[in-house]
Amino acid sequence: MRSRDNHSLLRLMKALLWKALRLASLLAAISIVSFILVSNSPVDPVQAYIGADMLVVSHEQRELIASYWGLDDPPAEQFFRWGSALLHGDMGVSMIYQQPVTEVIGERFVSSLSLMAVSWLLSGIIGFTAGVLAAMNKGRWLDRIIKWYCYALASTPTFWMGLVLLIVFAVWLGWFPVALGVPAGKLAEDVSLLDRLRHMILPALTLSIVGISSIALHTRQKLIDVLESDYVWFAKARGEKGFTLFFRHGLRNIALPALTLQFTSFGELFGGAVLAEQVFSYPGLGQATVEAGLRGDVPLLLGIVLFTAIFVFAGNAIADVLYRTVDPRMKERGTL
Amino acid sequence: MALLEVEGLTVAFRRQAGLFRQRTMEVIHGLELTVDAGQVVAVVGSSGSGKSLLAHAIMGLLPDNAHCSGSIRYDGTLLDAARVSELRGKEIAIVPQSVTYLDPLIRVGKQVRHAASAGGGEGERLQKQVFARNGLAEETARMYPHELSGGMARRVLASTAIISGAKLIVADEPTPGLNEAAALETARQFRELADAGCAVLFITHDIQLALSFADRIVVLYAGTVMENAAAADFAGDGERLRHPYTKALWQALPGNGFKPLGGSQPHPDMLPPGCLFAPRCCHASEDCTSQRPEFMPLRDGAVRCFHAS
Repeated sequence: MRSRDNHSLLRLMKALLWKALRLASLLAAISIVSFILVSNSPVDPVQAYIGADMLVVSHEQRELIASYWGLDDPPAEQFFRWGSALLHGDMGVSMIYQQPVTEVIGERFVSSLSLMAVSWLLSGIIGFTAGVLAAMNKGRWLDRIIKWYCYALASTPTFWMGLVLLIVFAVWLGWFPVALGVPAGKLAEDVSLLDRLRHMILPALTLSIVGISSIALHTRQKLIDVLESDYVWFAKARGEKGFTLFFRHGLRNIALPALTLQFTSFGELFGGAVLAEQVFSYPGLGQATVEAGLRGDVPLLLGIVLFTAIFVFAGNAIADVLYRTVDPRMKERGTL
Repeated sequence: MALLEVEGLTVAFRRQAGLFRQRTMEVIHGLELTVDAGQVVAVVGSSGSGKSLLAHAIMGLLPDNAHCSGSIRYDGTLLDAARVSELRGKEIAIVPQSVTYLDPLIRVGKQVRHAASAGGGEGERLQKQVFARNGLAEETARMYPHELSGGMARRVLASTAIISGAKLIVADEPTPGLNEAAALETARQFRELADAGCAVLFITHDIQLALSFADRIVVLYAGTVMENAAAADFAGDGERLRHPYTKALWQALPGNGFKPLGGSQPHPDMLPPGCLFAPRCCHASEDCTSQRPEFMPLRDGAVRCFHAS
C-alpha cells in the first residue's frame, strides 16, 4: 500500500511539473500574440493619454512623452524590455492610472472577485438544481419551462440582460443603485459593506442569470442519461427508489461533470464580467480591461491578459485535478 | 407449487412513425410459463426472441413506451405495479447481463451490501460470506466495477441476488463471455439456490448449458413460447420433443448431427400471419400459414403446433 502511495505521489509531482510547463509556454505565446496585436493597433497611446488637451500640447512635448514611455524604440526591443522586467516581477506602470500594473490589477480584481464569486456560486447552484428538476420531470411542464428559459437565456447577450435589469430594478422600481461600486460622493471611509452589496447585486444577478443555462442544460442531459442507464435500472430492480436512488446513483454521477463544467467556465465568467461591469460602470477588472484597450495602456492591457490567462488556466486545472482525484476510473490512468 | 405464473403475457412498444402516426410493435405474444419453488426453468432462445424483455416485464421495469397485458402472478397473487415495486429486491431479484449494471462510482462491496436486506455490520458480514462462497477474494469488495474481470463481474452480480435472500431469482444471460468451466460453475450456483428452495428462471441462448442443470426448458421463438419440455425430453434423436423448432435446435448441436436450420427468425414488424415458425418449418401445411396455433398441453409439457402429437 505504501509503495502505491509513493508511486501516486511521484505521478502527481510529474503531472504538476507538466502543468507548470504548459502554463509557462501558454503565457509566453499569449504575451507575444497580444503584444503584436497591441503594437499594430490604430490607437495612439500618446494621443489617448493626452485626450482633450491635444491642442495645447506641442509636437515636441508629445515626442517627449513618447520617448519617456519608450514608444519610439522598435517593437521587438520594447517587447524584450517588458518581458525581462516581467521576469523580475515588474509588470510596469499603467499609463492611465499612473500606478504599478500589479496594484491596479490587485485592486480591481478584489472588487471583480466578489462579483464573479457570487455569480459563479449562484449560477452553479441554481443551474444545477434547475437541471436536476428538469430531468426528474422530463417531458412535463416544469421541464418545458426550464428548458425554454435556458434556451432563451443561452441566446441573450449579457449587456442586454444587464440593461433590462437596470431599467426594471434601478430605474422603474428604484430598489438598487444605477451604477458604480459605491455610492457617489460618499467618502471612502463612510462606505459600508451594505452599500457595496447593494451596488453588487444587479451586476452579479446579470452574470448569474446568463451563466445558469449552460450548467442547467448540461446537468439535465447528464441526469437523463444516468436515469436511463443500466445501473439505475438495476438499482431499481434491487428495490431502491425515490430519494435513496437519486442520492446514491443520480447525484454522485452528475455532480462531478457539473463541477468540472463550472470550473472550466471561468473564461466565460470573465468575459461576462467585462460586459456587465461596463453596463453598470462597476469598477472591476473587466472595466479596467476596456479602459486599457481603448486608451492604449499597453502595460495594463498585457498585465490583465496574462492575469486572465492564469485565472482561466487555474479553473481548468482545478477541474482536471478534481476529476482525477474523485473519479475512480481516472485514478488508475497516469498522465495529465 | 408454482411461485411464478406467467399467463398470456403480451408486450408491445409504441413508436412514433412520422409526425402524427404512432405504430405499435408487438414483441412478446401470449407467453406462458410457470416456475415452481425448488426448480430451475431455463428460457432458451436466440437473440431477438424476447428473452430479456420477459425478464424486464417480470421485474415490472419495462421502458415507458412499452405496453404490457396478460397476467404475472407471484405466489398465487397478481403481481401488479404496486406489488412488484414492494417485492423487488426483497422477494424477487434479477442477475443482470453485464458489468454496466453496476454503478461505476461505487465500490462493488458496497453495491452488494445495498442489495442486502440487513444493513450495517450484518450486511457486511453477509457480503463477506457471499463473496467467499462465490470465490471472490476479500479485496474485491474494495474494487470499482471497471477494475473487475468479466468473470469477477458476473460473480459480483450474482452475489447481489444471493445476498438479497429473494425467493424468485431471474438470471438474464449470466454466462456469455465465461469459459466453459466458469459457466458450469455459475450454473451450479443457480442449481444450489434452487435446491435451497428458490425458484430460478434462467435466461440463456446456450441450450447445452441449460440442459446440464435445468429442470424444464422453455423454448422461445419470435416472442412466444414454442415448447415447454422437461430437460429429460432432450435425448436421442429428439423423438420426445414436441415442436419442429425444438427438434431443429436439438439436432443442430455438435453432438447430435450438427444440422443447421435454414432461414432466420422473423422481425416483430413482419410477422407471418399464421404460425410464426411456418416459413422455416418442413412440416408446414395450409393451416400453418393462415392460422396461429394455440399453446396446448401435451405429454407433461406444452407446445404451439398443429401437428404435434
